[in-house]
Amino acid sequence: MSHIFFYLTFALYGCATAAYLVFLLRSSSQVGVWADRLVMAGFATHLLSTIHRFSSSGHLPITNMHESLSFFALSIVGAFILFERKYKVTILGAFVIPIALLLVISSSAFPSAIRELNPALKSNWLWVHTIMAFVSYAMFTIAFGAAVIYLIQQHFLKKKRLGALFQKLPSLNTLDDINYRCLTIGFPLLTVAIITGAIWAEKAWGTYWSWDPKETWSLITWFIFAALLHSRLTTGWRGKRASLLTIAGFLVMLFTFIGVNLWLPGLHAYK
Amino acid sequence: MNIIVVGLSHRTATVEIREKVAFSPNQMQKPLAELTALDGIIEGVIVSTCNRVEIYATTRDIAGGIARIKRFLADYHRLALESLEPHLYAYHSEAAIRHVFRVASSLDSMVVGEPQILGQIKTSYGYAAEYKSSGIILNRFLHKAFSVAKRVRTETKIASSAVSVAFAAVELAKKILGDLSDKTVMLIGAGEMCELAAKHFLNSGARGVMVTNRTFGRAEKLAEEFGGEAIRFEELFEHLHRADIVLSSTGAPHCIIGPRDAEEVVRKRRFKPMFFIDIAVPRDIDPKVDDVENAYLFTVDHLQEIVQANLAQRSLEAEKAEEIINQEIGQFHKWLSTLEVTPTIVALRGRFDEIRKAELEKTISGWKDLPTDAEKKLEALTMAMMNKLLHAPTAVLKTAGQGGRVDLYVDALRQLFELESLQQDEQELELEE
Repeated sequence: MSHIFFYLTFALYGCATAAYLVFLLRSSSQVGVWADRLVMAGFATHLLSTIHRFSSSGHLPITNMHESLSFFALSIVGAFILFERKYKVTILGAFVIPIALLLVISSSAFPSAIRELNPALKSNWLWVHTIMAFVSYAMFTIAFGAAVIYLIQQHFLKKKRLGALFQKLPSLNTLDDINYRCLTIGFPLLTVAIITGAIWAEKAWGTYWSWDPKETWSLITWFIFAALLHSRLTTGWRGKRASLLTIAGFLVMLFTFIGVNLWLPGLHAYK
Repeated sequence: MNIIVVGLSHRTATVEIREKVAFSPNQMQKPLAELTALDGIIEGVIVSTCNRVEIYATTRDIAGGIARIKRFLADYHRLALESLEPHLYAYHSEAAIRHVFRVASSLDSMVVGEPQILGQIKTSYGYAAEYKSSGIILNRFLHKAFSVAKRVRTETKIASSAVSVAFAAVELAKKILGDLSDKTVMLIGAGEMCELAAKHFLNSGARGVMVTNRTFGRAEKLAEEFGGEAIRFEELFEHLHRADIVLSSTGAPHCIIGPRDAEEVVRKRRFKPMFFIDIAVPRDIDPKVDDVENAYLFTVDHLQEIVQANLAQRSLEAEKAEEIINQEIGQFHKWLSTLEVTPTIVALRGRFDEIRKAELEKTISGWKDLPTDAEKKLEALTMAMMNKLLHAPTAVLKTAGQGGRVDLYVDALRQLFELESLQQDEQELELEE
C-alpha cells in the first residue's frame, strides 16, 4: 500500500516540477494553478504513504535513509504549500519542488524495507528531536529558494534586464520577508532540536555532547543561521548578503543531513 | 445600405484642428438632428474625443453621403471646407466597419491599448440612442463593435503593460519595495515628469511625499499641492534616509547624490532598499549609486526602454487583435447584406410559394374524383392570390428602397415571416450584451 502511494507521490511531484518549470518559462497563469494542484495532490499521497508506513512499523518513519529523505521532502512540500498560500508566490515552487522531487528520487535509491528499530532510538525524544529538526530544515529550504530568486531579481535590476522572467518573479521585498519569516521559525526550531538532542544523548549515551560529526556540523549550521539572524536584528542586514548567507547555511545544512549520514561514521549515521 | 465613416484623428490632424471640429458633449442633440436631416443620410452617430472626431452614418449613396458629411462638419463649425478637407478621411462598407472595430478596440489610439476610447464611444452612442439618430443598423453595428473590443481585450494582452514612463516607474517600485502603502516619496527639484510620477505614486497608495527645491517657496507650494512635507535643500541629506523612492530632476550642472552619500543613507535606513529615479539632464544622481547594495538607480532612459519593450509586446498583441477583427467583419457584413431589398423580396416570395405549393398538394392528393382541368385552375388561382397579396408589400419595399426607412421594413418582414436566421442573430446579440 505505502508503495503505491509512494510511487503516486513520485509521479505527482514529477508532474508538478515540470509544470512549475513551464510556468517559470512560459507566460500562462493557468499552468501555475495546475502546478499548485499537482503539488497538493502529491502532498496528500505522500502524507498517506508516510502514515501507512508509520502504522505498519509502529515508529516514526525517519529511522533510515529512505525514510528520512522522504520525510524531509514531505516537510519541504508542506512548508511550501503554507508559504505559497500566505505570500502568493507560486513561482517559488519552481525552485523548491525540484528539491523535494530529488529527495524523493534519492530516497527510493535506498532500501525501503521496514527494519526492527535500533534500540537507541526507542524513545519519545525521537519525536521531538527529529520533527523539530525536519521542520527547521524545511524552513531553511524555503529560505534557500527565496534567496536564489532574490539574487536573480537583484541581478536583473542591476543589469537593467527587466524581461518577462523579471516580471513574473516576486518583488525583492516579498522575497526578503519570506527569508526573514523562515529564519525566525527555523532557527528556534533548530535550537530546540539541538538541545533536545543533547538531553536525549545524555539519557541514551551518557553524555550531552560527544562531538559526533552530525553534532559538529549541526552546530556549524546553527552558527551560520545565528550569525544571519543576529546581523539582521542588529544592523539590519538583508537582501543580497542575507541571501548569500542563507544559501551557505542551506548547503552546510544539506551536508549535515545527507553527507554526514553517508560519508562520516558516527553515532548518527543510520543508513 | 452602406455604412460610412468620415472624420479626423491624431493621425491626420494636429490638436489645433481637432479642437476646432470637436463637438461639446452636453449639446449633442442639435448636431445629431442636423446630421440625420442631411439628404441621403439615414442614421448617424457622432464620436468626439480629444484625439478624434468621427461621424458614423448609413446611406444609400456613398459618394454623396460622404461629401455631405464633410460639408456638414465644416459648416457646423464655421470652417472652410478647403482647409478641413486635407485632414479628413472617409471609409465606406467593409473598410468603414474595420475602422470602427479598430478604433473601439483601441488599435487606432495614440497609445495602443489604452482603455478610455471604448467608454468614449459608448457615451457617444448613448447620445445617438437618446436622440434617436441611430437606427437598426448603427445600433447593431456599435454593439458589435463593443463586443469585438471586449473580445480583443480578453483574448489578447494588448492592455496589460505599462506604457508611460510614470506608470513604468510605479510598476518597478512595486517590484523592488513591494506594497507601496508604507512608502515615502522624495521629490528633488521640480519638473512636469517628476510631478506626474509623484502623482502616480500617490495614486498607487504611497504614504507620503517630501519635496525639496533650491527655492524653498517652490518646494512649499508643491508640498501643499501633494499634501506633503517641504524640506530645505540644504537639509536634504538629513531627511533622505526617510525616503523609499527618490525622484530627482533639478537643473543642477553636476551630481547632487554620489555613491558615498547613497551608501551612508542606505546604512542609516538599516539597508532597507531605495529606489532612485533620475529624470534630470545632466544627471542629478551619480551612476555609481547603482553599485551601492540595496540602492537601485534608474534613469529616464531605462524607464523609456521598459516602455518601448512593452509597446513592442503590444504591437505583437495588436496583430492578434487584427485577426479577431477580420473574423468579425465577415460576420457583420453578412448580416448587413440580408437587409437589402431584393434578396428580401426573393426570400418573401419563396416563403409564400412554399406554403402555396404545400397546401395545393394536400388538397389535390385528398380529392378523389378530381375534374380534369381542376388542377390547372387551382394552380392559377393560388398563383394569382399570392401575386395579388405580395404586390403591395413589394411595391412599398421597392419605393422605400430609394428613400430612407427600408431597413426597418426589411427587418420587420424578416422577423414576421421568419426569413433566414435573423432572429437567431438577435438572440446572439442579446447574449453578448
